[in-house]
Amino acid sequence: MAEFRMPALGADMEAGTVAQWLVKPGDTVKRGDIVAIVETEKATIEVEVFETGVVEKIVVPEGEKVPVGAVLALIRSVSAAAPQPVPQPKPEAAPPSAAPVAAAPAPAAIQPPPAAEVIAAREAPPPIARPAAVARPPSTARGRWRISPLAMRTALELNVDLAGVKGSGLQGAITRGDVERAAKAKAAITPIPAETMAAPAAKPVAPEALKPTPPVRPAVSPAERRAMMRNAIATAMARSKREIPHYYLATQIDMSRMTQWLTAENLKRPVTERILYAAPLLKAVALAVHGFSEMNGFWADGSFKPSEAVHVGVAISLHQGGGLIAPAIHDVDRKKLDEIMANLRDLVARVRAGTLRSSEIADATITVTSLGEQGIETVFGIIYPPQVALVGFGKIVERPWAVNGKVGARPVMTGTLSADHRASDGHRGAMFLAAIERILQEPEKL
Amino acid sequence: MTAPQARTSDKPNPGLEREHALDLLRQMVRIRRFEEKCVELYSAGKIRGFLHLYIGEEAVAVGAMQALEPGDAVVATYREHGHALVRGIPAEKIMAELYGKQEGCSGGRGGSMHLFDAATRFYGGNAIVGGGLPLAVGLALADKLQQRSRVTACFFGEGAVAEGEFHESMNLAALWRLPVLFCCENNLYAMGTALKRSESEVDLCLKATSYEMPAWPVDGMDVALCEAAARRAALAVRSGEGPCFLEFRTYRFRAHSMYDPQLYRTKAEIAEWEKRDPINLFEARLQEQGIISSDEIAAIEAAVAGEIDKSVELAEAGTWEPIESLTRFVYSDRTRP
Amino acid sequence: MSAQAKTVRITYREAVREAIRDALQRDPRVFLMGEDVGRYGGCFAVTKGLLEEFGPERIRDTPLSESAFVGAGIGAAMGGMRPIVEIMTVNFSLLALDQIINNAATILYMSGGQFNIPLVIRMTTGAGRQLAAQHSHSLEGWYAHIPGIKVVAPATLEDARGMLWTALEDPDPVLIFEHGSLYNMEGDLAADAGPVDIDKAAVRRAGTDISLITYGGTLNNVLAAANTLAADGVSAEVVDLRTLRPLDTETILGSVARTHRAVIVDEGWRSGSISAEISARIMEGAFYELDAPVERVCTAEAPMPYAKHLEDAALPQAAHIVGCVRLMIGNDG
Repeated sequence: MAEFRMPALGADMEAGTVAQWLVKPGDTVKRGDIVAIVETEKATIEVEVFETGVVEKIVVPEGEKVPVGAVLALIRSVSAAAPQPVPQPKPEAAPPSAAPVAAAPAPAAIQPPPAAEVIAAREAPPPIARPAAVARPPSTARGRWRISPLAMRTALELNVDLAGVKGSGLQGAITRGDVERAAKAKAAITPIPAETMAAPAAKPVAPEALKPTPPVRPAVSPAERRAMMRNAIATAMARSKREIPHYYLATQIDMSRMTQWLTAENLKRPVTERILYAAPLLKAVALAVHGFSEMNGFWADGSFKPSEAVHVGVAISLHQGGGLIAPAIHDVDRKKLDEIMANLRDLVARVRAGTLRSSEIADATITVTSLGEQGIETVFGIIYPPQVALVGFGKIVERPWAVNGKVGARPVMTGTLSADHRASDGHRGAMFLAAIERILQEPEKL
Repeated sequence: MTAPQARTSDKPNPGLEREHALDLLRQMVRIRRFEEKCVELYSAGKIRGFLHLYIGEEAVAVGAMQALEPGDAVVATYREHGHALVRGIPAEKIMAELYGKQEGCSGGRGGSMHLFDAATRFYGGNAIVGGGLPLAVGLALADKLQQRSRVTACFFGEGAVAEGEFHESMNLAALWRLPVLFCCENNLYAMGTALKRSESEVDLCLKATSYEMPAWPVDGMDVALCEAAARRAALAVRSGEGPCFLEFRTYRFRAHSMYDPQLYRTKAEIAEWEKRDPINLFEARLQEQGIISSDEIAAIEAAVAGEIDKSVELAEAGTWEPIESLTRFVYSDRTRP
Repeated sequence: MSAQAKTVRITYREAVREAIRDALQRDPRVFLMGEDVGRYGGCFAVTKGLLEEFGPERIRDTPLSESAFVGAGIGAAMGGMRPIVEIMTVNFSLLALDQIINNAATILYMSGGQFNIPLVIRMTTGAGRQLAAQHSHSLEGWYAHIPGIKVVAPATLEDARGMLWTALEDPDPVLIFEHGSLYNMEGDLAADAGPVDIDKAAVRRAGTDISLITYGGTLNNVLAAANTLAADGVSAEVVDLRTLRPLDTETILGSVARTHRAVIVDEGWRSGSISAEISARIMEGAFYELDAPVERVCTAEAPMPYAKHLEDAALPQAAHIVGCVRLMIGNDG
C-alpha cells in the first residue's frame, strides 16, 4: 500500500489545502496522473501521483489544510505484470473535470504552474559566454511569478488575468507580448478598453493612468485572484451591456436524434472516451458559423472584423469561489468530436487548476455557454467583447412535441443566440440559429 | 637678489613707522580677539565643524601679508582666519561664514576651512594638506603666461612638506620660474606629530634649496621680521626671479582644532613659547620704544572689540540660504564663460 | 550628410589633434600641458607637431607630477587661462585625484560661486591593447560619480573633433576620455566639422526591440552586435551616451520607452559602475516600460590580464552583447 502525501511544491511551502480530488476510491491511477488540486499560499497546483494502482482510500477530504508530508490518500499498488484492472464505470452526468485525466495526458509544458518549477522545466537557453555577467541566482524556490513591469502594466490596461498567461521571456517571465497575445482575442474575462482593443500594440499609456486600477502582485492569493476575476468579469460585462446593442433569439431544438446517436455512439466506446453533449453542440455552432461570418469575429475600431478561423470559447465556471472563464478550443469546425472532447476535458481540468495557455484565453471568436447541467432550460448570455455573438444551450428536457399532428414526448433543448446588432441583424441571427438546429438533426455528420 | 627696502630690512629693529607699527599690532589683535570670540561661539554651538585656531601664529600672516599688493593672490590652509582678516575680507563676512550664513564670504558653503573671496583674490581655505600648493603654481603660471607682475602667496604648514604635492609643486614652480611665494608656517606639529617624528631632514629650507629655490628661515613670533622677510622674498618673486620659500618658525598655542588633550606636547613647552607671544612681544617693544601708549593699546582693543561684536551681530542677523539652492554652484549658473 | 558636403579622410587621433590646434588658434588663453606632449609628440602621437607650431609656452612638457600639473591647470584656469591638461592615461590620473576631486570639483561650490574652473583634462582610457592591470583602467564612470565635474567620452570622429572646443567654452571642469583603441579609427569627417554639444546622448542606430546603451570605446562593438542581431531579426537601438556626467537621462529613458528592454555595455567593472547608475535611472524613470530586467555587459571583475585570450574574455565583446540580447529576447522576439 502506497501513501500519497502532500507534496512540497516550493521551498517555503509548509502546508497545502486539498482543493479538489480528481479521483475517488476504486479509481485506477497510473504514475504521472493528476489526482488532486492543491492550493498553497502561492498558487493552485495540480498534483500528480507517483504510483500506479488503485485508489484505496481518500484520507484528507476536500477543503482540508494539511502539512507537507501528510498522507492524502492510500493507493493499492498493482504489479506491472498484473492484468489492467477494468476501468470503473463513471456516471454519465459526471462533470468532465471529474473524469480521471485519462484523456489526453497534458503535455509537459502545461504541468503544474508554480513558477519555480515552470522555470526549472523550461528549456534552458544555450549557455553563452558572458564574461562579466554575474552568475544568475538559481531560480528562486519561492515560486515567485516572473512578470515584467510592462507586462504587469499591460495586463492591468487590458484586464488580462495573468494566472492564465504563460511566460515566454527570460526564465519564463511573462512579457508584454505574452499579455497582448492573451488579450488579443479578448477572452471572456479579458475586457479591453476600446482604444487598446483596436490596436493591441498601441503605445502604453502614462503610468499615471494606472493609478485607479487596483494593484496586482505577482504572487496572488486565491482570494485576490477571485477578486481580480470578479473585477474583470464586472468590467467586461458592464462594458458589454454598455456598448453592445444585444438582440436575443431563442428556439426549441429537437434533440431526439442526437440523443439516440450519442447513446449508440457511447456504447461503442470505453467510458473514458465517451462523448458528452457539449462536443456536438460546440461543433454544430462552429459549422453553422460558416454561412454566417458576421457572427464570428471581433467588433473593433468601429467595424466588424470577421475571423477566418473558428475558435469557440467555452464558458466554464470555476468551482472555488465562483467566477468563470471562457477559454477557446481552436478550430472547432475542423476537429472531430473525439478531439473536441479531449480538448474540453483538458481545458476544464486546467481552467480549474489555473494553468491555461494564453492563446486559449485570448483567441475565442464566438462563445458557447451551457447551463444545462445546472438544470436551467434557457440561458440568454451576455456577449464577451469584442466578440459579437454568444450561443446558449439549456437543459435537455422531455417535452410534448407534435410531429405530423401527433403529440409525443421528445428530448428538447432551448438554443439561444445573443448577438451584436452592430454586426448582424435579427433576420440573419434567426437563420444562424436555425442552421445550428438543422446541423444538430444530423449528428452522424458531425 | 635685489637689496631689500630700508624699511623692511631683516635687522631686529627695522625702525617701523608709527602708523604702520600700530597697524601691525591692530591686525594681530584683530586675529587674536576674533578667534577668542570664535572659541566662545563654538562653545555656544553657534559655530560647528572643525575650527582650527591661529592663536600664537598671528605675526606670520600679519607680517607676510604686508608684502602683498591688491592684485596678488593668496592660497591658504584650513587654519586661515588670520590670513583672511589681514588680507581684507571683512570680519563680518568671515563670521557669517563661520555661522554658515548666506552673507558669509563663501555663502555658507565653505565654513571655517574654506574662506574664499574674489575681491581680494583669496583662493581658499584648502583643507587637504598640500592641496593648495599646485593651485598656487597654476595661479602663478597664469600670471606668467599673461605677463602680469603678480605674486601668489601660498601658505601651508610644515606637515605639508611630507606630502608629494609639496615636492611636485616646488619643482614645477622652480622649473618654470613661477612667481610663487611659498610661506611655510612651521608650528612644529602636524596635528599631533612633531616634525622630528615625521621628517628625516628637519631643515625645511634645505628641501626648498634642493629645488634651486631661494629659502630662508624667519622668526615667526616677530611680526617685524616676518614682514621684512616677506617683503624681501616677494620683491624677488615679483621681479621674475622665480619662487621663494620662507620658513616661518612659529607656535600654535591652542589645540589643533578647538579641543584636543594635547598629549603630544608638554604644558611647559607651551608655556615657554607663550613667553614669546607675538602680540605681547610687539606691544612691549613698541611701548619700550615709546611708539605706543597704554591708552592707545586700549583704544586698539576697544576698536577691535567693537568690530568683532558687530561681526557677531551681523552674523546672527544673517540669513540661511534656502534649501532649494542646495545644488546651486555645483556647476556655473551661466553655461558659457 | 548632404551629398555635396566635402569630407576628409581622417583618423580619430588626427581629429583630436585638429581640435587642439583649432582651440589654440581660436583663443590665446588656451595652452596644453602634460607629460611628453611636446618634444615626444604625445604618448599616442596626438600632439605631434604642435610644439613646432605653437612653441613651448603653449605646448608645455611637464614633469611626471600629475598632482602638480593638474593642480596647476586648476590654478591657471582660475587665473584666467583656458588650460588643456593632458594626463597620459586615466591610470595616472589617480595620482591627481586630490586635485580633480578635492579642488576642481569643489572650488566653485566651496567659494559660493566665486571661482569657476574652466579647465579641460584629456586622458586616454580603456583596455584592449594587452597593457595589463595598471594601464587598462576604464575609470570614466568612476569620475562621473563626482558632482562638479563633467565627463565626456567621444566615440566618433565628429565628437573627437568637436567636443574639445565646447568643453573649453564650458565654465566648469570637463574631463575628456579618449579610448586608446580609437586613435587609429579612420573615417570620413566633414571638412568643416566643428564644435558639437556635450549635453546630449546620441541614438547611433534606431531600433525597436532593445536599447543597447554604451559610450566610448565599446560603441563599435555594440554597433557590430546590433548588425549581427539585425540579421536575426532583432532590431536594436544603439545609444551613445557621449556624456557620462551629467547623464542625458531623457534620451536613455526615451529609448527604453520605445524598446522596453535595455542592455548597458560598459568597459568599466560592473560593481558600482556607470552601468549600475544607468540601470538605476531606468528603474526609477522607466520601470513600467520594462519588459525584461535591465542587463549589463561589463568588464570581468578582475585586474586586466596581459594574455590576449584572457583580455578578450574580460572585455565586453560583440559576441557577449549578442548573447546577452538573445537571452533577453528569448522566444518573445
